[in-house]
Amino acid sequence: MMQFNRFVLDNGLRVLVHEDNSTPMAVVNVMYDVGARDEDPSKTGFAHLFEHLMFGGSIHIPEYDEPLQRAGGENNAYTTNDLTNYYCQLPAENIETAFWLESDRMLSLAFSKKSLDVQRKVVCEEFKEHYINKPYGDVWHKLRELAYTTHPYRWMTIGKELSHIEHAHLDDVKHFFFKHYRPVNAILVVAGNVKTEDIKRLAEKWFGDIPMGEKYNRHLPQEPKQQAARLIEVHADVPLDAFYKTWHMASRLEKGYYVTDLLSEILGGGASSRMFQALVKEKKLFSNLDCYHFGTVEKGLLAVEGKLVKGVKMEDVEKAVNEEIEKIKAEPVTEIELQKVKNKTESIIAFEDMTIMSRANSLAFYELLGNANLMNEELAKYHEVTSGDILACSQEILDEKNSNTMHYFSRN
Amino acid sequence: MINRKTEPAIKDAVDFNLHLKNFEYFELDNGVPVYAINAGAQEVVLAEWVFYAGNWYEEKNIVAATANHLLKNGTVGKNAFAINEHFEFYGAYLNRNCYNETANITLHALTRHLPELLPVVAEIISDSVFPEEELAIYQQNQKQRLKVNLKKCDFVANRLIDEYVYGLSHPYGKYTTMADYDALQRDEVARFYNRFYSKGKCILFVAGKLPADIQAQLNNAFGKLPLNKETLPIVQHAQVLAIQKKYNVVNDEAGVQGAVRLARPFPNRHHADFPKVQVLNNIFGGYFGSRLMSNIREDKGYTYGIHSHIQNHIQNTALLVSTEAGRDVCAATINEVYNEMKVLREELVDEEELHLVRNYMMGTILGDLDGPFQIIARWKNYILNNLTEDYFYNSINTIKTISAEELRELANKYLVPDDYFELVVV
Repeated sequence: MMQFNRFVLDNGLRVLVHEDNSTPMAVVNVMYDVGARDEDPSKTGFAHLFEHLMFGGSIHIPEYDEPLQRAGGENNAYTTNDLTNYYCQLPAENIETAFWLESDRMLSLAFSKKSLDVQRKVVCEEFKEHYINKPYGDVWHKLRELAYTTHPYRWMTIGKELSHIEHAHLDDVKHFFFKHYRPVNAILVVAGNVKTEDIKRLAEKWFGDIPMGEKYNRHLPQEPKQQAARLIEVHADVPLDAFYKTWHMASRLEKGYYVTDLLSEILGGGASSRMFQALVKEKKLFSNLDCYHFGTVEKGLLAVEGKLVKGVKMEDVEKAVNEEIEKIKAEPVTEIELQKVKNKTESIIAFEDMTIMSRANSLAFYELLGNANLMNEELAKYHEVTSGDILACSQEILDEKNSNTMHYFSRN
Repeated sequence: MINRKTEPAIKDAVDFNLHLKNFEYFELDNGVPVYAINAGAQEVVLAEWVFYAGNWYEEKNIVAATANHLLKNGTVGKNAFAINEHFEFYGAYLNRNCYNETANITLHALTRHLPELLPVVAEIISDSVFPEEELAIYQQNQKQRLKVNLKKCDFVANRLIDEYVYGLSHPYGKYTTMADYDALQRDEVARFYNRFYSKGKCILFVAGKLPADIQAQLNNAFGKLPLNKETLPIVQHAQVLAIQKKYNVVNDEAGVQGAVRLARPFPNRHHADFPKVQVLNNIFGGYFGSRLMSNIREDKGYTYGIHSHIQNHIQNTALLVSTEAGRDVCAATINEVYNEMKVLREELVDEEELHLVRNYMMGTILGDLDGPFQIIARWKNYILNNLTEDYFYNSINTIKTISAEELRELANKYLVPDDYFELVVV
């Protein structure tokens, strides 16, 4: 059971404190309720580029990293389609340094032209390193566009294309900041060797006078229910053919999310999973195979992917994957299979909760979902799932009409 | 109004009294040493069996890694599926890794499941059978994986730079080809396993919230195995440095980035310069605020990241700079790396930067000592490198006291462009 205290400042900033005096460290985690889904379709990649700019100096502090490092701290940040998260860890005695730094960049950035110029280039190199200069690096760009016709999950956080990042202006940066980076759209979590009363005092002192801002209300275009299967063929300079198939699944808080999470584990979550055993080990169609989902807040994707053994035909793997899909739709999974994936989930949660950094991150995420205490209810939700639920969920989402497939062919 | 321009007072991390929690030590009936850290709030445990079964001891390429990889693929009593299902049923993770001197088996599990899991780990250590069919699947799939990796400039660059520094016949410098996979024979793998696992030299590390009877549990499962009876063969490998210093390789005509690697030989942890150069390396390219990052990423935007580090080897090692940079700025990147070396050779690091780096390194160590898995990892590193806790306190003392003059002296010794192999793979 994860203990925490929660309070809200007058400007709407939600603050959560998790006390753990077994560590000498403290974590300060600031999560902003903005991600790539909130971008203009003609200016994609912006939330992520913006994350880089948050390290380019704030209104009173020219350099973010130096003072933090001087206080013995480390930090990082990440952007997803749903949110942007900044976190630092430092010796608990020096925690005020983190409050000073985080509050100043929430108050206002310095909006330096130089920082924008450099970070545009850095992000372009990041784009190249991960998505252009890697075999199969374009897969999820293409598959997202195929699977989503309308919803902004259509593009990846890095952005749709390099030119969107190259054309970012300082005005866009300012507008984005004052729209999204306001206390009313943010969550502050402090975890580690701290006391709630001290954190209350520090939060009031450093964040209390930041203007509230306007609550951002999300009205994203919703994805219409898919009516027919879609297929895309790609030919590229890669060594092996590859197969990808996705299905639309439930959003993060629906029961179907937990069922699908377990379903993905049963299908392809480990070396004793159904598809790995049948398709990699017995039939030897794939040299590797993975089944996973995106864990997104809104309706996400369940995916199966693998590289074909040289000489194996695309239609044969497609048929074999479909056979496994039909099997799981036809008969309930065994109690042993279900118990196995529940045990695995319990263990994942226990290992995740080992560090204060991960605990702080989870608290912020569940608060963003609407209620930090959901963190304590997760395991029970998995335990409630029955084999009947899995059967019903398989029949609902693993419908051919709900699927998007990619055949990725080697040109060599 | 609060003053937002002045940073709050800090406690200097150099004033922290860092303490490395000591391990508990015991031996199993067969003499296998066990190092244990009992700590943590979660009911989880990590056990790691380290065998002297790295590629140092193989007579033919990739035999050691293959034996290690196939440990989960069949014993006398269980096939690969049954082994995997057993560990996965209990929500446990059984992994294995092959390094140069050593290879390991690691188990992450909920503490309460250890009684069901440990006997099966023992079975893997004593009764693996390496079925022909499992070997064939492994060969086929590893070759496919290698094919994909060979398309990546960073993968190719990592192989080549090690070749230049250590030589293709040295365990740190050799790498795998398609032909090596084809040449694998089941019997060689089984023989290696018998010698270096079943009858090998093993050290056991455990950490987490340990059960009260951990000693008995381990002894029951592993205390009777014929481990640590035979002495290890003494194997020497000569380090052969390449003659040519500079390389440009085109791996992918259409590549938009180049993998840049600069490396020079460097002594191991027993050399007096080692802890000192760790401080120098931090300043140079070891953290986000380093000279290389500040200049090449944060000022010029040539790359998403650039780092320098000392490779983690037990014997002679290497000091390495690595980055992936835009294809058209690879040469400029290398120039800037040399410029930063020059500055460190000629100018003293100022007190403010040195103070920052000292605090940063201390803070990082403090964070690294947080939690049982981190503490055992540090001890394991010391034990495998034949170091004691003196090394820890000496390193801390070095961070606190090294002077700018010493750093400049070390830069003149170790940051000299002529000593470096230089490689760009597009």
